[in-house]
Amino acid sequence: MIELCDVTRRYDEGPPALDDICVSVAPGEAVAILGPSGSGKSTLLNLVAGLDHPTTGTVTVDGVRVDRLGEAASARYRRARIGLVFQFFNLLDDLTVSDNVMLPAQLAGTARADAERRAADLLARLGVSRHSDAYPGRLSGGERQRVAVARALMNNPALLLADEPTGALDTASGEEVRKLLTELHADGQTIILVTHDLTLATACATRTIRLLDGRITPSAAEGRAGARVTPSGAEGRAGARVTPSGAEGRNRATGDDAAGRDR
Amino acid sequence: MSALGKVVRSGVARRRVPTIVTGLVVMVAVTSAVLGASLSVASRGPFERAFQQHHGAHLAVRIDPAKATPAQLDATATAAGVAAVAGPFPLATVSAGSGQFRMPPMEVAGRGTPDSAVDELTLTRGRWATGPAEIVLAANGRFNGPLLATGTELTLDNVPGNPVVTVVGFARSITRTADAWAPPDQVTAWQTAQNQNQNQSQNQNQTASQPGYQMLYRLTTAGTQAQVEAANEAIAAALPAGSLTSATSWLAVRRDVVGDTVLLIPFLIAFGLLGIVMAVLIVGNVIAGAVASATRRIGILKALGFTPGQVVRAYVTQALIPAAAGAVLGLGTGYLSTLPVITKTNDLYGTTDRGTAPWIGVLVVAGILAVVALTAWAASARAGRLRTVDALAVGRTPHAGRGRWASRLTSRIPLLSRPVSLGLAYPFTRPMRSAGMIAAIAFGAASVTFAVGLATSLSRIDEVEDIAAVQITAPMEGPRPSRITDPDKVVAAITAQSGTSGYLGTARTEVTTPGATGQLTAMGLTGPDASRYYRMVSGRWLRGPGEIVVATPFLTATGTKVGDQVTLTSEGRDIPVRIVGEAFNIDEDGMQILTDQATLGLTPEIYYITVKDGTDIGTYAAALSTALEPLGAVADTVDHSPPEMLVLIDALTALLTVLLVVVAGLGVLNTVVLETRDRVHDLGVHKALGMTPRQTIAMVIASVVLTGLAGGAAGVAVGVLVQRAVLAAMGRGTGFTLPASVVDAYGPGVVLLLAVGGLVIAVAGALLPAGWAARTRTVTALRTE
Ligand SMILES: Nc1ncnc2c1ncn2[C@@H]1O[C@H](COP(=O)(O)OP(=O)(O)O)[C@@H](O)[C@H]1O
Ligand SMILES: [Mg+2]
Repeated sequence: MIELCDVTRRYDEGPPALDDICVSVAPGEAVAILGPSGSGKSTLLNLVAGLDHPTTGTVTVDGVRVDRLGEAASARYRRARIGLVFQFFNLLDDLTVSDNVMLPAQLAGTARADAERRAADLLARLGVSRHSDAYPGRLSGGERQRVAVARALMNNPALLLADEPTGALDTASGEEVRKLLTELHADGQTIILVTHDLTLATACATRTIRLLDGRITPSAAEGRAGARVTPSGAEGRAGARVTPSGAEGRNRATGDDAAGRDR
Repeated sequence: MSALGKVVRSGVARRRVPTIVTGLVVMVAVTSAVLGASLSVASRGPFERAFQQHHGAHLAVRIDPAKATPAQLDATATAAGVAAVAGPFPLATVSAGSGQFRMPPMEVAGRGTPDSAVDELTLTRGRWATGPAEIVLAANGRFNGPLLATGTELTLDNVPGNPVVTVVGFARSITRTADAWAPPDQVTAWQTAQNQNQNQSQNQNQTASQPGYQMLYRLTTAGTQAQVEAANEAIAAALPAGSLTSATSWLAVRRDVVGDTVLLIPFLIAFGLLGIVMAVLIVGNVIAGAVASATRRIGILKALGFTPGQVVRAYVTQALIPAAAGAVLGLGTGYLSTLPVITKTNDLYGTTDRGTAPWIGVLVVAGILAVVALTAWAASARAGRLRTVDALAVGRTPHAGRGRWASRLTSRIPLLSRPVSLGLAYPFTRPMRSAGMIAAIAFGAASVTFAVGLATSLSRIDEVEDIAAVQITAPMEGPRPSRITDPDKVVAAITAQSGTSGYLGTARTEVTTPGATGQLTAMGLTGPDASRYYRMVSGRWLRGPGEIVVATPFLTATGTKVGDQVTLTSEGRDIPVRIVGEAFNIDEDGMQILTDQATLGLTPEIYYITVKDGTDIGTYAAALSTALEPLGAVADTVDHSPPEMLVLIDALTALLTVLLVVVAGLGVLNTVVLETRDRVHDLGVHKALGMTPRQTIAMVIASVVLTGLAGGAAGVAVGVLVQRAVLAAMGRGTGFTLPASVVDAYGPGVVLLLAVGGLVIAVAGALLPAGWAARTRTVTALRTE
């Protein structure tokens, strides 16, 4: 179903974020992508979502050459097939929970009444329906992430992409989301999951892919091999990786658009 | 480079849009301010300045030489109020022509040289007339057509022997004291010849060729008609009774020359003010927005150890750099666009101006830069005083959830696509910013509204000559046309001519009436459609003899009102009449009396004709002329081309309007850029959820629709109010009651269109940033977490 072939993503400076990788995911699979900060996990997910284009290589999802889609086509592709869940939820603060959830359907042209019905169903299923008229700012982290998942599922996507969905949550909330994703997978949802969280990976992934410096490390395909990627190891890498390439550090120091960047 | 310098430089380089917009706005603001200021100076000053430069005659009088001796004329130099005197110059009225081409009669004054202590003449072409049979024509007169060039030979029809004279030059008299000049001996010779001829055939009109001398005076004070009249009386008192036969005040000439442009002054002042307020507003808006959006950066600078003072200096400098560049460019374009006005006024009035006064530019630039510095100072001082922690937190904390009610509301409007309903709710999140944008749009819309109103109102201040297509006159006798000998036959010819829509016959005479000083002009009117030539203010139009219609100044001067009975005295005869209506009639300063010709027993001197739609006026006039030939009358088309100065001012007003609209559009652009920057993360989320570029553009455009409509509506309201206020001031200043047709310049359709204009400005300003928003890379936008 998903096929990344010889994919390289190179930014202007530094070594490539993804370096000639091949990944394929079958329908119904739940794949966890593990790796230290800066290893290219988000980049990989963005390529699959059509948010970013590979420098070389091909990305094919359900027969669609995602790497060749233009802006409008890739937006339509996301609407139709992809559900996105982010570490920091990315809920729109000025819209109510239910308006947030309805948005993907409404962008696709679904009538408000129909969207409302489906959103209510989803919120009920994810156990947050009592918040449907609240604003996201009022909700706890776990609740927010469940709303974000509801929003991602709004258009019945063939593929759910989650980038560190528990990364910003405390242990208890993380547990809620973990359960939710496991259930979704059990219902047959294809999922690609980026995470630091080994528990999450083991709980709901059928397979793990390890990234290091933009390459897939040739470790066991099963999730047990995680011992090598300790949390402390990940942190250490991140520090070593980010500072030299300097993109973040420089913007912080002088960046006038830091105000925008830090939203 | 100092740390401060580095901050300033990187600030200017990185905030490209606000920097460019600041520069552009300041440039356009300076251009329009220079233009506006020059316009009001140009439309006010040139006649007075040229008058000063060429020692124009405050008073020109005609003397009967049979009754006053040269010594007596010289003695008038010491009359009270007289500062300088020139003359006596002999006067003759000649009818000239060349081949088929006949000119209206000209008053020729005899002068040996163009130089004079009073009314110095400027040769514009050719040379001065020195020999016999040479003539110099008035350059600013009615005959400065392409037909005439130096070297043209003219035959004088009404001088016995029909002498031929050569046009050797053209000269300009600032006071327009004559239509032509020739050596004094020559003029005296024509005068004498005409006189002898007249004595032989007594049936000729008396006033036409009476010998006359012209005396020109400069007065010590001549600001008002009363001062001029006082001097005139002093001069008359110094001469034998009855020797001063007529007098012309320079005020009348000024009114004639400056014409409608005098009515324009209140408009131009209002326009200039509008432009300046607008420039201040938008410049302030842009600068404040730019500084406010840098609050976080200011926090970082302070965390790095910058003092609030240094922060303020950095931001003031950062704003002043593009502003100064824009001001210099604006000064250039402003002066350039003023050049045609200067050239034209020089041409029209004989002034020798070279450009707009430098003080205007200095004042404008200093003013605008002060506004820039002040706003930047105020905004950055506020940010500089914020606690560093708070400043750093700006932009991170989601704003307090203002305007969510609007987003709930718009999301429920049926039939709107979601991007549009999202966009519609935008302005309510930041009410202050939206208010600034509404103000910008409103000023743009107000200036358009005002400009349209100005043009409409002025185009409706028309006189008889503006309405009629063709006029019929009898051959001229003296300074005015003779009476048409057989009016019935002329009317028959007019009505028989195909294409005639209606006609008005007019005759002029002098009358007096209690309460009004001096002689007043009464117009005896006849014809089926006389009423269409005058716009009524109150009362009704004439229905028969014994009724008069007057303008407001007459009512004010005589203390009468519509319905009153007054007595006109014409050639010793008292005629009781009733004032039945008040018309908007600016002829003779509003002291003209309109009445049926039968009231005064007059017959028409001129017929004004309107033709049916689609009639070719040239052909019509030619055909009618042929029909009238046996009756000794000619039909001519009426020249409707507006005064050149008015055309020019119209063009510049249009330019100014365009500039103000551009400024408004830039203000919108800047605000939308700030807005999309603030929302860049949300935009990323929208796109991640499947919002297409087209939907993004729709959302951003929708976000300015409400502000555009609000700004348009407010702007139109302001524009109409300003127009009314200006017209009221104009009415008060001139003493006229303006007719509704002039005041009500806006029809409902026009108002609607103008209000939509606000939307157009808003959408135009939002287009670019909408495109940028659509192109923002989603990944980049999302990374700004
Ligand atoms: N827009 C970008 N411009 C430049 N470099 C980037 C950009 N996005 C990511 N990178 C770099 O690519 C590498 C991989 O980033 P990412 O995929 O976000 O890593 P992860 O999600 O595994 O932490 C990092 O070195 C990061 O600095
Ligand atoms: Mg990541």
